[in-house]
Amino acid sequence: MRAARRLRRPLAAGGRFALLAAFVAFCAFPFYWMLITAFKSTTDLIEVSHNPLVFNAPPTLAHVRQLFVETQFGQWLLNTLAVGVAVVAITLVLAVPAGYALARLAGRGGHRLAIGIFLTYLVPPTILFIPFARIIAVLGLQDSLWSLVLVYPSFTVPFCTWLLMGFFKAIPPELEEAAMIDGLSRLGAFVRVAVPVAISGVLATVIFTLTLVMQEFVYGLTFITSSSAYTVAVGVPTFLVRGDVYFWGAIMAACLIVSLPIAALFTLFIDRFVAGFTVGAVKQ
Amino acid sequence: MIAPGQAPPGAAERPRIVPRAEASAPAPRRGDARADADPAAKIEARALSKGFAEVSAVAAVSLAVRNGEFLVLLGPSGSGKSTLLRMIAGLETPSSGDVLIDGAVVTDLAPRSRNVAMVFQSYALYPHLTVFENIAFPLRARGVRGRALERRVLDASAAFGLEPLLRRKPRQLSGGERQRVALVRAIVREPTVLLLDEPLSNLDAQLRATAREELREFQRRVGTTAIYVTHDQVEAMALGDRIAVLDRGALRQVGSPHEIYEDPADTFVATFIGSPPMNLVRTAGALLGVRPEHLLPRTHFAAAEPITALPVRVGRVEYLGADRLAYGTLDDPWPHDPVVVRWPSTIAAALRAGERQQLFARDTDLKRFDPGTGRRAQ
Repeated sequence: MRAARRLRRPLAAGGRFALLAAFVAFCAFPFYWMLITAFKSTTDLIEVSHNPLVFNAPPTLAHVRQLFVETQFGQWLLNTLAVGVAVVAITLVLAVPAGYALARLAGRGGHRLAIGIFLTYLVPPTILFIPFARIIAVLGLQDSLWSLVLVYPSFTVPFCTWLLMGFFKAIPPELEEAAMIDGLSRLGAFVRVAVPVAISGVLATVIFTLTLVMQEFVYGLTFITSSSAYTVAVGVPTFLVRGDVYFWGAIMAACLIVSLPIAALFTLFIDRFVAGFTVGAVKQ
Repeated sequence: MIAPGQAPPGAAERPRIVPRAEASAPAPRRGDARADADPAAKIEARALSKGFAEVSAVAAVSLAVRNGEFLVLLGPSGSGKSTLLRMIAGLETPSSGDVLIDGAVVTDLAPRSRNVAMVFQSYALYPHLTVFENIAFPLRARGVRGRALERRVLDASAAFGLEPLLRRKPRQLSGGERQRVALVRAIVREPTVLLLDEPLSNLDAQLRATAREELREFQRRVGTTAIYVTHDQVEAMALGDRIAVLDRGALRQVGSPHEIYEDPADTFVATFIGSPPMNLVRTAGALLGVRPEHLLPRTHFAAAEPITALPVRVGRVEYLGADRLAYGTLDDPWPHDPVVVRWPSTIAAALRAGERQQLFARDTDLKRFDPGTGRRAQ
């Protein structure tokens, strides 16, 4: 009995290690692939006899140079960042109070309203871009980054409202009641207590919004025509895929530059991100 | 000597709890705190009512709390005691009636304008702030800044031994430390009244007794009028200068712990207070209440004392160390109603299952209740 247990413990530890190693490899492989592809010489990339997992020829910066010199990648990065910051600001201004209100209205139709808001997130851009195109035209925002600033909140606000509702629901109402008795108004209790306590939810909202903005393609493609106003998600496939020629090195360099900061942010906040999301889903 | 007589017809079930129709009856007979009878009242509730979706949570409660008093609101869950407290705090809007603080009607004022402080069941410490900032919070909210703020926080913390904890966050504190921080945060701005909503119920039994003692000592030191909500009668008896007993939104009795225990206003108070509760026996025209510890052998009474014989057929005996509890039924000539007898270990007499014990109670220890309304009968 005891011997069996003594044997089982290292086995279990080994099994856990193998499972984790496999999972880490699965998650890290895309980054590794992007990394080596971005710095491999083109001949090394296309030579079939070469081992694709390692450098067979010395690494090169040619693809990165191509990205920044031959395309407007730097401009696209700035565009994406500008749109991202603006959309994050709009999303926070709308979703933080909305999520709080829905969390505290629970039981008074708030839950149904919350589900209704979440459902609007599920309407895909491939349907919405047609009416949006008309609206953008009426407002005269064609080919302007403002069109994206206007349109992106249509999916970031519902999702982030839902996400923040979960975080606010996890805060006991007693905290705000204590703040109100301690001398604050309802609004004061929201600003000084509820928001600081739910700050991880707000951070999750920021990360999520940035991610959505960086990967959005359909609206970017339809509303923007001049290459200098492209976002990364539109510019890279437009300029680095010519006919059936894929500039893999440059594409991977672009992907790497964009995805690393996002991956780092997610790694820092993933626990809280998941926590806030499931709280809203499980507790009524 | 009180005659047993026959049980009146229709009294087959003992009305341990007063019928629903009685819930909104006028204020109880004994220890009645009438709204306009006490000019020294610090806090007053005048015919305060609150209904939630057709259910009456608090029904026309009138209550006056004296300056410096520690008043306990006691009742089972759903009795409306928390709702009453929250209406005094301003967290719930009454359906009708008024709340007065220092003689002024505050019914329509926001919680922050009432200068009340509240300690919640969970303590509701702000988790993102340090102990110092938690205590400073109500002062900052009132515009206290700079050195004055720092001095008041430090003085209050020092008085209750919180100085070593000032830089910690609430999650780094023990249950007892949290209570102290919550209390100091509540009194640092010198509130008119301190409201406490079951602050001890999150603590384990061992810590609770210490925390209770500390809480009472705290209130004596600061001298603030306090209203304390609990469902625990032991807490209520130990802490309260007076106890207000609530049941289903109605005030049953207000009085000192002694009055509440020895002189219950109705069968609800009689059976809610005391563990085990008061025995109720059907007699002709009245319910007779007798506490389990008042049923004793003949040798415990002087010869001239007016006493009543209450023979008990013992069914089961529980040995609890300091006490023995005997569960049985009354025997002829009384109706065979279930009774509990509680004897301290100082009584050496045998108490055996299956035996008929000739027990007695002082006539002054027998309380008569109206079998219809459950109220005390003269």
